[in-house]
Amino acid sequence: MIDRRIRVLIAKPGLDGHDRGAKVIARALRDAGMEVIYTGLRQTPEMIAEAALQEDVDVVGLSILSGAHNVLVPTILEKLHECGMNDVKVFVGGIIPKEDISPLLDKGVYAVYGPGTDTQTVSEEITRAVSLQND
Amino acid sequence: MPQIDPIAIRQGDRLALSRALTAVENNTPQSRVIQSALFPYTGHAHLVGITGATGTGKSTLVNQLAKALRHSDSNMEAPKVAIIAVDPTSPFTGGALLGDRIRMQDLAGDKGIFIRSMASRGALGGLAHQTAAFVTLLDAAGYDLILIETVGAGQTEVDISRLSHTVVLVEAPGLGDDIQAIKAGIMEIADILVVNKADLPGAAITTRALQSMLDMAYGRNQNIAIKHMRQTTNIEPTNSPKQQNTNWEIPVLQVTATEGKGIDALITNIMRHKHYLMESGLWQRKESDRLRRELEELIQIRLVHQWQQHLDKDQFDAVFEEVIQRKHPPLEAVEFLFESFKD
Repeated sequence: MIDRRIRVLIAKPGLDGHDRGAKVIARALRDAGMEVIYTGLRQTPEMIAEAALQEDVDVVGLSILSGAHNVLVPTILEKLHECGMNDVKVFVGGIIPKEDISPLLDKGVYAVYGPGTDTQTVSEEITRAVSLQND
Repeated sequence: MPQIDPIAIRQGDRLALSRALTAVENNTPQSRVIQSALFPYTGHAHLVGITGATGTGKSTLVNQLAKALRHSDSNMEAPKVAIIAVDPTSPFTGGALLGDRIRMQDLAGDKGIFIRSMASRGALGGLAHQTAAFVTLLDAAGYDLILIETVGAGQTEVDISRLSHTVVLVEAPGLGDDIQAIKAGIMEIADILVVNKADLPGAAITTRALQSMLDMAYGRNQNIAIKHMRQTTNIEPTNSPKQQNTNWEIPVLQVTATEGKGIDALITNIMRHKHYLMESGLWQRKESDRLRRELEELIQIRLVHQWQQHLDKDQFDAVFEEVIQRKHPPLEAVEFLFESFKD
């Protein structure tokens, strides 16, 4: 009777107030059968790590449109590790210039999704990433 | 899956607690071990249910309540507060969007608060099947007050009355007339009534309607009200304190949660209700009712599971086919199936 569902935190760090993309992804992952926790706008890295810990999520999805990803993402990764969330997969979406993608991946981000990414691709890759980990 | 240490949970390890909640929610074999280890340490937390219709402001109210509880002026040490926020699971995809935390951002950074969102996963009573088990874990982890926010509840989501000691029913102006207030169901389970959004027009009318509903039900005709309730609902009167003891008068409080107005009065009444339960001996009675129900529910789940395991699929399909062809009603089909199950 084990009933496992993928749990995802969708968070918007930093100061941009445009969360349409975050909501679209949240909705799409919900429709893919996941439990999606949305925390709203203007989250600090500490708030995101704390929410990820309390909700024990498998995945954290960050939506950043402000250009501050090179500062915010590494800080969030660090805070997640500090509270022991070492297995959590971090995805980044939003406006991320090409040259910034591979440094982010090197730092431990699982994938970066730009505008126009098919939501089905995102949900399939999340499912794969989480199930690989549980095997 | 890494092992979770129950002792770490008792010592305040938040990651261990969080992992244990997941194990319980997913019903893994390990979750049983954890619950067995922690159960002896439970029974201390005050369980406060927050229920009411969608959009009445339950999450905002919970946010303000938790914040005020943590920053009270009294000399006593602030209570540790846990929040379980339940939101509905989609019956079509099994997924859920859990958005209660959006209203609880004020609470970030306080280690004396633990918030966990929970999807209802098919349960219909306003909670999830594992909410009671969540309470066990949070209680053992040392949280003094556990605020349980139900899904946006309509009229019959009354499971919260069986789980919590104190039920706060949140209403808002403009949602219904005085006839809604005397319908059976959710109105009957409240220990404290809150008219939230009291800054909106119509708040006074809603407050008056609720007050007159209470006067009608628990005023001079109290015994008639109890008798009527027994006949019309399957809620045991023992689950509702005011029906067995008239000393608790249900307060109707006006609150504007977005501004924090009326929150102190609400906290005073929640504490007063706890005191009343303790003094009257109802606390123990509620605890034993709750545990009995939990036990009975688990037996039901177990029986259904056993039934499914022993079920002869071919026989079921054959009997079901006859039901579809209108040869036998479902009631009779059950007789057939159980006849062979007994052997």
